[in-house]
Amino acid sequence: MIGNWLDIGPVTQIEPGTARTLPVVGGEEIAVFHTMRNEFFAIVNKCPHKQGPLSQGIVHGDVVTCPLHNWNISLRSGKALGDDEGCVPTIPLKVDAGRIYLLRSAVIGGDDQAEAA
Amino acid sequence: MNFEEGRPAGHVRERLVVIGNGMAGCRAVEEILARDPGRFDVTIFGAEPRVNYNRIMLSPVLAGEKTFDEIVINTQEWYDDNGITLVSGDKVESIDREHKRVVAASGRIEPYDKLLIATGSDPFIIPVPGKDLDGVVTFRDLDDVDKMLAAAGQGGNAVVIGGGLLGLEAAHGLNLRGMDVTVIHLMPTLMERQLDEAAGWLLKTELERRGQTILTGANTKEIVGKDGKVAAVRLEDGTEIPASIVVMAVGIRPATGLAREAGLDVERGIMVDDHMVTSDPSVLAVGECVQHRGMCYGLVAPLWDMCRALADHVTENPTGYEGSVTSTKLKVSGIDLFSAGDFSGGEGCEDIVMRDASRGVYKRVIVKENKVLGAVLYGDTADGSWYFDLMKKGEDVSDIREALIFGQAFASGGALADPNAAVAALSDDAEICGCNGVSKGQVVSCINGGAHSLDAVRSTCKASASCGSCTGLVESLLALTLGGEVESGPKTMCKCTSFTHGDVRKLIVEKELREIPQIMQELHWTTPDGCASCRPALNYYLLCAWPGEYEDDQKSRFVNERMHANIQKDGTYSVVPRMWGGLTNPKELRAIADVVEKFNAPMVKVTGGQRLDIFGIKKEDLPAVWADLNAAGMVSGHAYGKSLRTVKTCVGSEWCRFGTQDSTGLGVQIERMTWGSWMPHKFKIAVSGCPRNCAEATIKDFGVVCVDSGYELHIAGNGGIKVRATDLLCKVETEQEAMDMCAAFIQFYREDAWYLERTAPWVERVGLQYVKDALAAEGAVEHYAARFRYSQQFMQDDPWAKRAAGEHEKLHQHLAEVRPFPGAKMENA
Repeated sequence: MIGNWLDIGPVTQIEPGTARTLPVVGGEEIAVFHTMRNEFFAIVNKCPHKQGPLSQGIVHGDVVTCPLHNWNISLRSGKALGDDEGCVPTIPLKVDAGRIYLLRSAVIGGDDQAEAA
Repeated sequence: MNFEEGRPAGHVRERLVVIGNGMAGCRAVEEILARDPGRFDVTIFGAEPRVNYNRIMLSPVLAGEKTFDEIVINTQEWYDDNGITLVSGDKVESIDREHKRVVAASGRIEPYDKLLIATGSDPFIIPVPGKDLDGVVTFRDLDDVDKMLAAAGQGGNAVVIGGGLLGLEAAHGLNLRGMDVTVIHLMPTLMERQLDEAAGWLLKTELERRGQTILTGANTKEIVGKDGKVAAVRLEDGTEIPASIVVMAVGIRPATGLAREAGLDVERGIMVDDHMVTSDPSVLAVGECVQHRGMCYGLVAPLWDMCRALADHVTENPTGYEGSVTSTKLKVSGIDLFSAGDFSGGEGCEDIVMRDASRGVYKRVIVKENKVLGAVLYGDTADGSWYFDLMKKGEDVSDIREALIFGQAFASGGALADPNAAVAALSDDAEICGCNGVSKGQVVSCINGGAHSLDAVRSTCKASASCGSCTGLVESLLALTLGGEVESGPKTMCKCTSFTHGDVRKLIVEKELREIPQIMQELHWTTPDGCASCRPALNYYLLCAWPGEYEDDQKSRFVNERMHANIQKDGTYSVVPRMWGGLTNPKELRAIADVVEKFNAPMVKVTGGQRLDIFGIKKEDLPAVWADLNAAGMVSGHAYGKSLRTVKTCVGSEWCRFGTQDSTGLGVQIERMTWGSWMPHKFKIAVSGCPRNCAEATIKDFGVVCVDSGYELHIAGNGGIKVRATDLLCKVETEQEAMDMCAAFIQFYREDAWYLERTAPWVERVGLQYVKDALAAEGAVEHYAARFRYSQQFMQDDPWAKRAAGEHEKLHQHLAEVRPFPGAKMENA
């Protein structure tokens, strides 16, 4: 059902290799990434280490390097890579006909993610 | 008794109506006929006024490599021989499911027992002004090809919008037909769905060599017409490209209109189950118009599997379709390119990359849990089908993992699967290093002669000292000859490369490498797009090597240099406007005070470099802050960059009773000369007016201490973790000489040091004498100073002013803000 997905605009509004942010009133700010391999990911914009804004990090492959202390975070799983341990929540995202959609329930912090199916 | 092909008497054939005379529709009919020729009376509707042809071969027709007759799949005789009614040139306009019949444009009504929808896909037309002008065509059927051929006959300029498979094939055809072709592609990488950045770069370079103009990252704003006919294409940035024909090839969409109007379940495509049955059991669908298990396909290979499953189902021997793994080849003669599977990488995925710059080869195989997940090959695609096969079968490749990237012949060689064993098996006269013509025997004797490291081999017999592509072979020989006792070489730049910073810097200049993907290809990077360590370094090296030519890559910049402000622990930024030599005035102070109040900055602080630092500014407020500071005449202080930071001064002879020279004035002059320059690391300068040294010039990267007889110039000081007092470089008599030496020293440091190496560790590594010798050589100061001043021509425009005027505005703005309605969660639950 399209109603479960929130249209956040065209893919062209995020340059490849960068991220942009989506503040959520009453929730966590979301970072939406466009990688150089042309994939899109959405994660909470907070490094599990010291809450650094991941949206501002350098993107390589499907990894972002946090700008504060260089932790590498997988955009796919939200997990810290290498020797670091921690995880940032991911938000289900899909691209359809050139537009980006986020799972509505995950954006507003609901616990009903089963609807993703 | 009357038996008709084994059927009971009185059997009436079912009526099968097929909408779509394309590859999928006809293939499905062929598959059914092969299983049970007597089951259906078949009627096929085709919108095009011709028999069934191989649509994917339209590219060779456009290129003049094939004729239409050569790409016909089924001639009229086939329809006749099989008793199929072909209704061509008559488009079906509606499906009446209640009465089980279809209605065509001519008014023809055809009843069915089973209906097969094979309407394929429609080209996607981007909704820009001018899209309906005469001369704007798509690339879908033979009529489109005819239009392109007619335009090519007139010569002139063609613009192809879309750098995907179809767009590039159209561009190739028009190019061969003598037109000047420009390809406009929205994404930065050509064929980004099939290629990664590295392969896309190779492809772009090859197409440019063939005379095409390729504009990536280019957004079409408008198609400009003249007298109702297309005349040019205008891009978002204002560029206008003349065109007598515009080919729109930005993508395809499943053609679902008929199915949707008939009330069938449709999402992106017509929803089908594993037997290609739609939400109506009497209606089947196949090909590009369907959506199966969430997937829509735009390639030909899945059609065959779909049609097989469909035919098995309607002949009551259901087998089912489970989805397809697809691969792509570009049909442009002379370009070998292969892509299959998932090459985006990800959790637990391992990239195996091989690059051979001399042959223009790039290979990347993605392995996960010992299975091949995808492959991208450029330049040598001989093993494409082998990788594709491994991938489809999901074979365990752990036994051949080490040799996988070298291809089937190598990996299947049994004992040869171990690269060391393969190298051991080479004869003594086998060539190891193609660049320098070094044989295996020569490398081995060089190792036996005492060269026990890669670097030693490189400097002794030159093997792997040029392009580096044989580094792996030389390392194998070291391991074989020394029995694993290989001395580790100098530290490489990062895990993506076997080259050191020094090697990379040298090779960028020697081989005239001008773009990051080019460096990665030529120097055999082992990752597709580098990492957070090498990308900023390469960006700096290119900026330093090619001033005025290299276009700064924002996505390879650390956040502070991308945002032109200093990120703080809470994600806000601090802003330091430039104050020349530490001087300020009431207007500047008022502007700073106003900004602090207007943007609620929680703190203002005087820095160690004699500037004012405004804390707590949000990224979205930065351009407005800068606009206000610009209005008071202040520019970026670069307090955030690997760049010239500040020139700290004392008051000098103008006010101080001990001052010997005008240190403040000299500091301002030096800052005016050096501001805006990017460096390997941050760079601080100070000018003290006398040896009391109030400006602390002897812990700076470049320090001037004024004395009665002139100026002492000091270098490589540091006040950081490890305090280091400067070394005296030289003493000069005039301000001009001090300025020239400052410029020359900076440029030598910029060209010689490694990225993230400050002057102190650099001088400790290379030695003070090395720096002195370099600058003492005849004409050296003039040479380096001139290069610095040349480079500065392109650097001294205030980045804040450009941002305040709207450049890179996306970096500062949120996408949007989500404000959930009260109770929104209730609705969803």
